[in-house]
Order: sequence, then C-alpha cells, then structure tokens
Amino acid sequence: MEYHATLPVSPDFLKKLHVNDILYVTGKLFTARDCAHEKMRAMNPKDLPFDPSGMALYHCGPLMKQEQEKWIVVSAGPTTSSRMEDVEDIILDRFAVHMIIGKGGMGKRTAKALKKTGSVYAAFPGGVGVLAAEKITGVSQVFWLEELGMPEAVWVLDVQEFGPLVVAMDSTGRSLYQRL
Amino acid sequence: MDEKHLKSGLVQLILKAETEIPPDVVAALKRAYKEETGSAKLQLESMLTNVELAKKKRCPMCQDTGILSFFIQVGTDFPKIGTLKGIIEQAVVQATKDIPLRPNTVDPMTSKNHGDNLGFYLPHLLWDFEAGNKVHITLLPKGSGSENMSALGFLSPSAGLEGVKQFVISQVKKAGGRPCPPIIVGVGIGGSADLVMNLGKRALLRPVGVHHTDSLIATLEMELLEMINKTGIGAMGLGGKITALDVHVEVAHRHPASLPVGVVIQCWADRRASMTINADGSWKVD
Repeated sequence: MEYHATLPVSPDFLKKLHVNDILYVTGKLFTARDCAHEKMRAMNPKDLPFDPSGMALYHCGPLMKQEQEKWIVVSAGPTTSSRMEDVEDIILDRFAVHMIIGKGGMGKRTAKALKKTGSVYAAFPGGVGVLAAEKITGVSQVFWLEELGMPEAVWVLDVQEFGPLVVAMDSTGRSLYQRL
Repeated sequence: MDEKHLKSGLVQLILKAETEIPPDVVAALKRAYKEETGSAKLQLESMLTNVELAKKKRCPMCQDTGILSFFIQVGTDFPKIGTLKGIIEQAVVQATKDIPLRPNTVDPMTSKNHGDNLGFYLPHLLWDFEAGNKVHITLLPKGSGSENMSALGFLSPSAGLEGVKQFVISQVKKAGGRPCPPIIVGVGIGGSADLVMNLGKRALLRPVGVHHTDSLIATLEMELLEMINKTGIGAMGLGGKITALDVHVEVAHRHPASLPVGVVIQCWADRRASMTINADGSWKVD
C-alpha cells in the first residue's frame, strides 16, 4: 500500500502500516543522531527545549548553509540508524515519538520498543541527500548547534511529501532486516 | 605558478567528486534498477533521481561529504612539489565554505569539530611518485556509513583463499543495509595490517566493471560478487538481488605465517574524481 500522511499521525494509522508499505509524510521532523540521543537519554520531556511528540525523529546529520541568517538545507539524507540502537527504546518510551526515519535498519531492542509503543521505523534511501533536501520546505529551529556542531545538532525541519519511505519495521514487531 | 588558480582547480576537483558519480557507477546502478522489483527498485530509482539532481544543482549528493582521501601521483620533475600539501589544504577549507561540505573533522580527544575539514592527518594525502613533470590526483571522498563497515582479518595461512572468501562474505553480511548497498567491495590480500587496508581502499579506485588484469584475481572477484549477491541483502538492506555492483581485489605478497585480509566497503554513491596538473600549474579536472 502507499500512504500520504500528515504528522502527527493517529495510533490507528500507525497500526495500519505494515512492512513494505510506501509512505510520504508532511509535517515536522527533528534530526537526532548519536550526541542528541545521548543528551535526550539524560533528560525528561519537561527539560527538553522542544516537544518531540507529533514529530518524526529523523536519523540525519544534515549539510546546511546559512544565507543572511537563514538556514538552508543543502543535502539531508539519513545516517546509519543502528548506531542509535542502545538508546532508541528509551526515546520511544519517554518522549512519545512514534515514527523513526533512518536507513540500514535497527535491531531487536528497537523492534520490541516499536511494538510496545505502537510505533514504526521507516527507511529513506541512504545517500539520497539532494532529493531529501527538495522535500524540506523550511528550517524552523535548531538546538545545541554551538555545543554539538552541524551534523549532531537537532534541526527541526518542515517537510512536504517526504519520501519515498519504506515501512521497514512495523508496530507488530515485524522487520525487513530480521531475515538477514 | 599561479597558486590561486591551482587552488581553484582543486576546489573544482572536490566539487566534481561530491556532486557527480562516474559513468561506470551510474551504468551499474541503471542495470541494477532494471533487474530489481519492489522496495529495492524504489531505492534505486531514488538514487538515480538523486544523482541527476545533485549534478544539476551542483549540491553534494550525500550530506555525508566524507573524509577526503587524495591519491597523488607526483611527477618527480614537477617544479613545486613542496607547495602541493598547503594548496590542497587551502582548497579543502575553501570548498567547505563554498560548495559547501559538511564539517567532518572531530578531535577524538575533545570531540570538538574543527569546522573546516582540516585536522590531524586530514585530509588524508597518499603520495606516490612517477616519472615526468605532471601531477595526477584522484580524490575519493568516503562517508562513514560505509567506512564504519571496514574490517581487518588475520587468517591462518592454511585457511587459504576459501578462508578469504568466507571472511569477506561474513563482513558483508554483518554490514547488511548499513553501508548503503548496492555496495562496491574493495578487498586487500597480503602484506601487513596497514598495507592490506590500503590495498582494499585503492581497489575502489578501479572503475566498476573492470576486473583485475591477473586472471586468478579476476576469477576471485567474480566469485565473490556472485556470493555477495546471493545474500539477498539488496538495495539499502530491504531485500533484493543486487547487493554489490562489483568486487575489486588487490594483492601484496604475504609473510609465510600471515594471511591478512582487508575489506573496505564503498556505498552506492561511489564518488571519485581525478585531475591532472601540468608543470606550469595549469590543470584539468577529468
């Protein structure tokens, strides 16, 4: 099946998504990779400078440029998701994030957390940075840029029809990466 | 020699390497697209669209603009050998600002990002010498998604070539979808720990579809390619027939008691570009 969804999506919609479904999302994503995950692991939702619920978590360290104070996305494909495997279950559980976007897949621990929280993992093709940037219509906010640097900072991005995403791990615990 | 002009040539080299992939890789991706179905085909379609977009917009095709390895063949009669390192470094700083490139050099002790893609030992310059007065440079920017999947093995010599094959396949399986397949696999066999990894990386400089001139090595390459494509990992690990576009092997003689194997995996975005610098400083990016 192919779906075009606006974030945040309902729990019922998430349940409907199965592995190999194609998905395009419109709404807000926030980028987080190794360092942002580590920071979030040590924080409560009320301490976080942004509200991640309702957004999709995008494993991405974008290439950005600044023109007259305004941030522009140059290239923003996904980073390897498995590096976040040890933390992702905590993020899913604590921050009410229900959609992870990344590449290369995640392990059993995350699969279990996706099932528990009724969430999905969707894959965007790796290395496809310019196509991803074309689907990003704006940069709303950036957090921890000074401290973490461009790739590791949290960027809140507005996206329009972001995809094609392939649902690769669904809320029933199924994973396209399991059979490998 | 006009050093400013030479620096602009090196910036052009970096721009070309980051925004275009060579025709041999594009052709191989198109062949894979034709053969695949379902999710794997969709991945390849997006990759090919991205290749077009990156070239048209002159934007780096992947946000991970990588670690920059410059393979430099210096003609021993080139008049300004001593200035090359400095000019390359200046070009990297300029390219980081102008193209732009993602700042990818982090101090391992403090975790501070240097911000300009310079740092201890980076960019990585690999020097070789040749006769004549020209300089040939091939730039291989390589992202960490694939580089993190590199592996060094010291097999028992009795394991033989069969052991080498098993080692390569096990590394490719372990990597799964993480290095952005369809991959190109560089394999070094023989030598020492550092030499075998260097051979694995140098193997990636050979165009996709070109086998080793030694028929025994070429046969090994074809066998490995077939074995890798039987894993079913497929494009981005979502399952499929094409997991690798090619396998390239380079060998060194080995110590009687050692059988080192170096596996260097390259992502589908197999970015590389070359340039020639003439004795008067004029240049051409191929």
